[in-house]
Amino acid sequence: MSDFFQFLISGIAVGSIYALAALGFVLIYKSSRVINFAHGQLIAIGAFIAYALAAWLKLPIALALLAAVLATGLLGFVVERVFLKRLVGQPIISVIMVTIGLASVLDGLMYLTPFGSGNFSYPAFLPQEPLRLAGITVSYPQLLAVGFTALFLLLFGWFFQRSTLGISMRAVADDQMASMSVGVSVEKVFALAWAVAGVTAASAGMVVGTVSGLNQDSLIAIGLAVFPAVILGGLDSIPGAVVGGITIGVLQNLAAGYLNRFVPGGGTELVIPFVVLLVVLWFRPHGLFGTEEIERV
Amino acid sequence: MQPTHPEDLGPILLEVNNIEVVYKDIIQVLRGVSLKVPEGHITALLGPNGAGKTTTLRAISGLLVPEDGEVVSGSILYRGENIANKPPEAIVLKGIVQVPEGRRVFKHLTVEENLRVGAATRRDREVRQDLERIYHYFPKLAMLKNRLAGYCSGGEQQMLAIGRALLARPRLLLLDEPSLGLAPLLVREIFDIVAQINAEEGVSVLVVEQNARVALSVAHYGYIMESGRIALEGSRAYLEENPDVKEFYLGVAKSGGRKSFKDVKSYRRRKRFM
Ligand SMILES: Nc1ncnc2c1ncn2[C@@H]1O[C@H](COP(=O)(O)OP(=O)(O)O)[C@@H](O)[C@H]1O
Ligand SMILES: [Mg+2]
Repeated sequence: MSDFFQFLISGIAVGSIYALAALGFVLIYKSSRVINFAHGQLIAIGAFIAYALAAWLKLPIALALLAAVLATGLLGFVVERVFLKRLVGQPIISVIMVTIGLASVLDGLMYLTPFGSGNFSYPAFLPQEPLRLAGITVSYPQLLAVGFTALFLLLFGWFFQRSTLGISMRAVADDQMASMSVGVSVEKVFALAWAVAGVTAASAGMVVGTVSGLNQDSLIAIGLAVFPAVILGGLDSIPGAVVGGITIGVLQNLAAGYLNRFVPGGGTELVIPFVVLLVVLWFRPHGLFGTEEIERV
Repeated sequence: MQPTHPEDLGPILLEVNNIEVVYKDIIQVLRGVSLKVPEGHITALLGPNGAGKTTTLRAISGLLVPEDGEVVSGSILYRGENIANKPPEAIVLKGIVQVPEGRRVFKHLTVEENLRVGAATRRDREVRQDLERIYHYFPKLAMLKNRLAGYCSGGEQQMLAIGRALLARPRLLLLDEPSLGLAPLLVREIFDIVAQINAEEGVSVLVVEQNARVALSVAHYGYIMESGRIALEGSRAYLEENPDVKEFYLGVAKSGGRKSFKDVKSYRRRKRFM
């Protein structure tokens, strides 16, 4: 039984990282229907900026993390203004091609820096000894992952349900023309969505870096790992991103813990989440929390 | 019959001068439209389907942008300033707000959230009072505050769309076919509320309608548009007494009896006002 809880806890920690990575992706899709294939690159860039500030410029770690989050938010904003603004109203496939192109360019730029090869780790700032509770171990980086995700979920919940700006962003997602009719600037909303997506991407990157070190390829891979999570949760749902991310993380850990011993070669953790995903989509094509069209009138 | 000039009713708030509008660089829809909206009054813009009424409203509110349309000549003077082809956000800030055809409420937002989006561009702290004012004019909305707008009835959605626009504090409200698809009693209720808001709040209204009878029942002045041009204009009394309007738009035969809808329709195709 304690095995089960150990798998569950590790799964929640990994899932929190997926969830955090998925938040920004969902935010962009929700407001502008753009599928951002460069999200993994934003995650990696955020993580590396924090490293550069902490390890090279010797900034205190908290300050380095904060500055990296803001810088990546600014990068998201600039990307939207420079590359995507002129594509508003263009076919969705052109927009997707631009984000794929952008991903390649950002990849290339990172290869030009020292981060292009090798592994890095942040100066240690959390206790090394894991916490032990009733036979279950939890590391501090795992707690950090869960904490960051919970924090952003609360902030987003408040922002989208209570603040006028957040409600306007949902309005733009619902009907762009109607939002314009009352003076909401659709352009500003898109730019804001990208800025906030940059902020969450950097946070995800820094958590990954703290948990398992910094490596360009594995950071970028997180950007692809969000797909099953967001499809399961519903592409345009913030709570869906979190539930989807954690579900995938838990399923992976349970599969690895219980099923791999029956399968020569193992690897069930790579299959089981997708089986569950297909089953869910069979019954709920919009994912668990995705918006279904309201048809009335 | 007098008066037949909008100036006779009051100072002119909005003046559309001989505008031409083209969609997608080639489809010309308006061919020299001119009209004036007197401040503090209700002006009706009537005409058959496809005449260019919606396009005229979009030209005024800036909502041609998402449709890839443009005012290619003429001017739109609002309080003396040419606002043709300005972005819709700028025009809302100046005090012109359009309620789109087909209501276009935010279906996945609650009724109250829809209203709050209407106030999104405002910086003042009186939004709460204005919300209460809207609930006063539309008590049904107060009861439905927390319902998703997508699940409200057509009439409730129309009230919500008007309330949402009013929360942006317009000086000029543009209404596009508020009667569309609604039962006659509801249409009456909505037009009465619009007339009440006009009288009590001083908001000027330009209302587009195919339902000429109900629009003229509240309007002070009216224009009739056909095939991208203004075909006729005049005060409410003038239009209501005009034999052509009576026959083609109010469905009253010269003999005085009601004509069948079918008869009116076949006459309309002949475009008598061209
Ligand atoms: N977005 C658009 N692109 C191209 N043509 C349009 C567009 N919107 C309207 N039209 C055309 O303009 C004409 C007038 O339309 P509209 O202004 O909607 O008339 P009304 O509101 O009087 O029914 C119609 O022939 C319509 O097909
Ligand atoms: Mg129309």
